Amino acid sequence: MPLTVYLERSLLALVLASVCLTSCTKEDGPAVGSRQPTDTAPAYGDAILEGSIGDASNLIPMLAGDSASHSVAGLIFDGLVAYDPTLSHLEPRLARSWEVSEDGLTITFNLRDDVRWQDGRPFSARDVEFGWRTITDPATITAYAEDYRQVESFEVLGDHRFRVSYREPFAPALASWGNLVVLPRHLLEGRDINPASDFGRNPVGLGAYKFDSWESGRSITLLANRDYYRGRPHIDKVVYRIIPDLQTQFLELKSGGLDMMGLTPLQFSRQTVSTEFEKAFRKYKYLTNSYTYLGYNLKNELFTDVRVRRALSHAIDKEEIVRAVLMGLGQPAASPYKPGTVWVNERLEDLAFDPERSRALFEEAGWRDSDGDGVLDKDGRAFEFRILTNQGNESRLKTATIIQRRLAEVGVSSEVRVVEWSAFINNFIDKRKFEAVVLGWSLSLDPDQYDIWHSSKTGEKEFNFVSFADPEVDRLLEEGRRTFDAAERKQAYDRFQEILVEQQPYTFLYVAHSLPALNGRFMGIRPAPAGIAYNFKDWYVPSARQRYAIDAGS
Amino acid sequence: MLRYLGARLAGLGPLFIGITFVSFVVIHLAPGSPMDLLTDMNPDASPELRQRLEEHWGLGRPLPVQYGMWLKKMATGDLGVSMSRDARPVLEKIGEALPVTLLLNAMSLCLILAAAVPIGVYSATHQYSTADRATTVVVFLGFAMPTFWLALLCMMFFGVELGWLPVSGLKSLDYDSMGLGARVMDRVRHLIMPVGVAAVTSLAGMSRYMRSSMLEVFRQDYVTTARAKGLSERVVVYRHAMRNALLPVITILGLSIPGLVGGAVIFETIFAIPGMGRLFYGAVMSRDYTVVMGVLVIGALLTLAGNLLADIAYAVADPRLRRR
Repeated sequence: MPLTVYLERSLLALVLASVCLTSCTKEDGPAVGSRQPTDTAPAYGDAILEGSIGDASNLIPMLAGDSASHSVAGLIFDGLVAYDPTLSHLEPRLARSWEVSEDGLTITFNLRDDVRWQDGRPFSARDVEFGWRTITDPATITAYAEDYRQVESFEVLGDHRFRVSYREPFAPALASWGNLVVLPRHLLEGRDINPASDFGRNPVGLGAYKFDSWESGRSITLLANRDYYRGRPHIDKVVYRIIPDLQTQFLELKSGGLDMMGLTPLQFSRQTVSTEFEKAFRKYKYLTNSYTYLGYNLKNELFTDVRVRRALSHAIDKEEIVRAVLMGLGQPAASPYKPGTVWVNERLEDLAFDPERSRALFEEAGWRDSDGDGVLDKDGRAFEFRILTNQGNESRLKTATIIQRRLAEVGVSSEVRVVEWSAFINNFIDKRKFEAVVLGWSLSLDPDQYDIWHSSKTGEKEFNFVSFADPEVDRLLEEGRRTFDAAERKQAYDRFQEILVEQQPYTFLYVAHSLPALNGRFMGIRPAPAGIAYNFKDWYVPSARQRYAIDAGS
Repeated sequence: MLRYLGARLAGLGPLFIGITFVSFVVIHLAPGSPMDLLTDMNPDASPELRQRLEEHWGLGRPLPVQYGMWLKKMATGDLGVSMSRDARPVLEKIGEALPVTLLLNAMSLCLILAAAVPIGVYSATHQYSTADRATTVVVFLGFAMPTFWLALLCMMFFGVELGWLPVSGLKSLDYDSMGLGARVMDRVRHLIMPVGVAAVTSLAGMSRYMRSSMLEVFRQDYVTTARAKGLSERVVVYRHAMRNALLPVITILGLSIPGLVGGAVIFETIFAIPGMGRLFYGAVMSRDYTVVMGVLVIGALLTLAGNLLADIAYAVADPRLRRR
């Protein structure tokens, strides 16, 4: 749906991660394999029916803007690099290896020479060059060009080798060489790539699956690419069924019309606990790549005092929000990094829920209830403000409501208002006509947070809309994107997180769990911080349990 | 008659332009723009991208100019391409959604009629009997029930518990490999629930209308005359009373023709049916101006055509109108 906010870069990284896998060896079979060798041996065949709440729009990754398109395109296209299952470093894909020069200004990629496009033509460095030219071409309507504009020159050094040079060292660059810039030159050169071309609805890629058919608003079907350079995928057919309602998806799951869907917290904790369900399905739980926060307009004089912001954070019980809004299926957040990944500062101490401390801080900042109406005031002005959130996101609304009650307990009066997305952005966020907002950001897998926190990014339509400005943070963010050294970067971002906790420009609230349910006949799933989809190619259904016979054609 | 028709037709043009102009202005004045989905809260999207998109779609120009451009293209039958990321022709998108919605709506309308007429007649002939009261309660229960709730209950019962019918969608995944007979059966099985639910929840209006219309006719002198002539009650009810009582129902039916192209968002969402309701709702939410206008144009055209037909029918029926 249009109402969810995605930081596309991290979304893409997730897609990259979702198509990556560890090499397929015999140990990859399930643990029970030794006991029932015939029943659960890996086999080729069968189909998986996946539920999707929205239809895809365009299957060329650089032109798509929605998560449905990216998850389908992620199976059809591959990148040069991909995140490993623990999300800590990049692994080779189409690139065999790469070297970053001493000064961090150039990256040289060595590509695999055994990869073919799904129409049989060989893949080469020219395809990447073509992709890079296309994405940086001003005529291409893409939201992802920024990282590639940093590239000063692109040199093809051979069929399977190329070098890119940057004006200044740019650490997020490496992760950007994912599936966005790999396009078949022989099919697209000289054609207008913009959406009117039919390639976006009938793509030829080089990934684990190839496009088969697309019925608008109903389903998208992919077939296994038997010549996939990392080995033939086990499941022969993937069908995305577009079912916008999650209740309907759930009923389809139970009746066999779907094999996989993302459950809501309510479905996960109440409707899927029968032994009957647990026998037929498996449920997984891992953190999503986005967090929810309460952001303050730092230009508003109510929130300029750091003591006030800390007092507000002390008054909010994050655990309670996770319990009530997500039925416990999530984790409180303290910083913009995904809990459990390398970039989180382990020594970070979040502000505890402590109404006493909150009241004391308000007092210190000069806010007290002098007229006895239950609301704090200072110089005749009561501490009251409006919490805005966007329409169509039930959990944000519930979160705002709980915050409202907790704040009332320390004498802060707030009002919750829900606004339709476009109006919310155009009339309130862009014009800075807000006091506080409940919103979400995707967590980026690369730790770079320049666009959201650097003081130069406070203009209209830019993303530091709370107007946070801190010279030290500016310096740390610049440092962090200039070095490729992981340890150095970590140091910079650790300090950055400490400052965020100290300054509380946002009260970071929570990271929700992703809750997929999967028909029990699928095997080979290995949950990791990246989720479960990263080794999709290795999922399989033992021969005896296969449900669909797939025509061997292709 | 010809002059009357000519005047009617001449009036349609300005009316159509008026409708499209108001729609155009309203949707453009709503906050936001088609590029918001791509660029709002997306740190990867540069300000230049916004500018480029604005130029691409000509959104920077004054509204009347934009409307003029749109109108000019529309006059040649070109409704443009969608402003969403798929950029498909608007007509193609409508072409996919319209048949689905038409089929569903037409079938449920037929079902409603087939059920409402007998119920209405029965209730009228057995006024204030237990059966009359019982049907009243039942049809109003259906009327008062939220569609999505009844739909979910039916899906749970027929789809999951009994496994008789598919839960959602319009055809099975292996539809293409089926024989003709199996295809028809597959379609029917998929349509039973959505058509049934749509009919049950809107049965009340039509059946009550039929009932009161029947009761009114029963009080007419010619019915008394027919009875006095010694005709059997069956002939009185079915040949004399019912035919006349059907007239107002047919008028209502005519009025609901334009409604056939309008889909219900919640209904289509629950049953995962890609119809006009979802197309229009999605387009409005993402400010896909071209698709919004396309759907409105089709709706306006059909409504105007319906009105014209009604006007002609009135003229045929009423000589006074013809002579004016």
